[in-house]
Amino acid sequence: MNRLSWFNVTSLTLGFAFLYLPMVILVLYSFNESKLVTVWAGFSTKWYGELLQNEAFLDAAWVTIKVAVISSTFATVLGTMAAYVLVRGGRFLGRTLFSGMIYAPLVMPEVITGLSLLLLFIGIGLDRGVLTIVLAHTTFSMCYVSVVVSSRLMTFDRSLEEAALDLGCSSFDAFRLVTLPIIAPAVISGWLLAFTLSLDDLVIASFTAGPSATTLPIKIFSAVRLGVSPEINALSTIMIGIVTVGVISASLISKRNSLRQQRDEQAAARTA
Amino acid sequence: MAETVFAPWDDPNEKPLIRFQNVTKRFGEFVAIDDLTLDIFEREFFALLGPSGCGKTTMMRMLAGFETVSEGSIELAGQDIAAVPPNKRAVNMMFQSYALFPHLSVYENIAFGLRRGNMPKHDLDARVTEMLKLTRLEKFARRKPHQISGGQRQRVALARSLAKAPKLLLLDEPLGALDAKLRQATQFELMDIQEKTGTTFVIVTHDQEEAMTVASRVAVMDEGRVMQVATPERIYEAPESVYVADFIGDVNIVAGQSTPMGEDRYHISWAEGQQPLVAASDRPFTDGQSCHLAVRPEKIAISAERPADVDNAVQGKVLDIAYLGNLSTYYVELPGGQIIKSQTANTRRISRRTFTWEDTVWVSWTATAGVLLAQ
Repeated sequence: MNRLSWFNVTSLTLGFAFLYLPMVILVLYSFNESKLVTVWAGFSTKWYGELLQNEAFLDAAWVTIKVAVISSTFATVLGTMAAYVLVRGGRFLGRTLFSGMIYAPLVMPEVITGLSLLLLFIGIGLDRGVLTIVLAHTTFSMCYVSVVVSSRLMTFDRSLEEAALDLGCSSFDAFRLVTLPIIAPAVISGWLLAFTLSLDDLVIASFTAGPSATTLPIKIFSAVRLGVSPEINALSTIMIGIVTVGVISASLISKRNSLRQQRDEQAAARTA
Repeated sequence: MAETVFAPWDDPNEKPLIRFQNVTKRFGEFVAIDDLTLDIFEREFFALLGPSGCGKTTMMRMLAGFETVSEGSIELAGQDIAAVPPNKRAVNMMFQSYALFPHLSVYENIAFGLRRGNMPKHDLDARVTEMLKLTRLEKFARRKPHQISGGQRQRVALARSLAKAPKLLLLDEPLGALDAKLRQATQFELMDIQEKTGTTFVIVTHDQEEAMTVASRVAVMDEGRVMQVATPERIYEAPESVYVADFIGDVNIVAGQSTPMGEDRYHISWAEGQQPLVAASDRPFTDGQSCHLAVRPEKIAISAERPADVDNAVQGKVLDIAYLGNLSTYYVELPGGQIIKSQTANTRRISRRTFTWEDTVWVSWTATAGVLLAQ
């Protein structure tokens, strides 16, 4: 192993400090005894206890998870279907228009998406609540899913589908039995992407949420306007913890899988 | 003896399994297949041979149902198959990339087609086991495709495409991904399996040796047209055009003008101040018609003295020698600049080479050694 030069050490430190210093401070202060956010008064976990008593936060958290699970599932189904048509459909009338339009929400300012959805819901007389947030989140996250899935489909060996057709599958069966299982990792990461997008969306949710349902980001944002409480620090620390565990386990699983694949291939080459 | 020879193409009463009738296939402006008519018979091992882009893969994909016909018709067992989708055709294909399903085991890959047909579990198991046995894969049934070697994958692909007992099996460059040694062994294995199952095989290849080895008949293709369809021997020994003669194996082509000498014999004047060459031909040529004499290098002898009693003998100078181990090819330059290749088998071990560079030698061949071609 090469020793790092002072320059590399400095840039590494600067970079990581830039990224993680704010979060480290937040995590530290979540264990602060004092009610004042900026004054350290000793270690305590009492804010975590108080958080669990706070009905409003727990309700918002439950709504957020519900919305994220349902909307990312819908978005995954729709996004995968759109990606499949775009990559496999060949030339059809309006293909260019369709492919342009499916990616437009990626660059559209969220305020505009949120506002137009709000106008639509008012126009058709839909009461704002969990349903409207789910619809809104499905709308904006399905294009992310379709980007992820279509990039996987581009490299997908077409002859696998042809082989399935050749062996007697209908096109739907070929998709269900061959294409889908093979692109499943991309579909799952599309779902995870949609899930996290929905989890931390504030702008679109604030347009489409109603008095009956509030998501956690909205709740935190409005609470912070009345002053930052250590409770919010505790809540944020929990969220950071969940995300960290998720990211680390995902990378460990994929690393283990690729190692196993490599080992299998070497074994196969030896027995040949 | 004559009855045992397999040659349904010579029997006018025999009905072909596949009949291409005036088939044309266009991709936009590009004509991939140009007014092609061809019959393939049951139990044949038929090879489509040609350079890349000659339309051989397109023909195969039309048979499998992945491409539609622009004009003309393709019949399978007397039925036009234009309207039949790929999943309803009694045709299976072995893909160049093998296209094994990576998420399924070897067993499930082979069972895949059978499961689509709602086969009872007991029969299905028996059939898959039979296929595993045929391709010597019993030990690997539970492995995934990435856990077996390239040669084994090739056999899985073959077993999977044979499992449904298709009337016709299409093989797209089936041995392209294997190394030379394994390819040779697999060629014989393919022939063996074809014979055992009695399935009609159509193989697409750009490897002429492979086509010659496995096929009962070979179709040489170029730019969407079939140049010649014949048995490997006929293709090699009696090509009908300079293209076919040149495409298959090594050949000397001498261009000249013919003069009929009676009894199917012709004199060919080919260079100023040189004796005309003598060649026999069943095909008639007129006086002064331009023609090409095609002679294989191994049919040309090389000697220091002019051999007696030989139809054609020309003096030249050794320009190059290619030593291939089993064979040596001498490149002899004739006075007019024409180069003649003469091939001799090195039948004796480490024998002293008789000729070396710049030696003056005679190359000679008989009147029947070559084929006289119009174009």
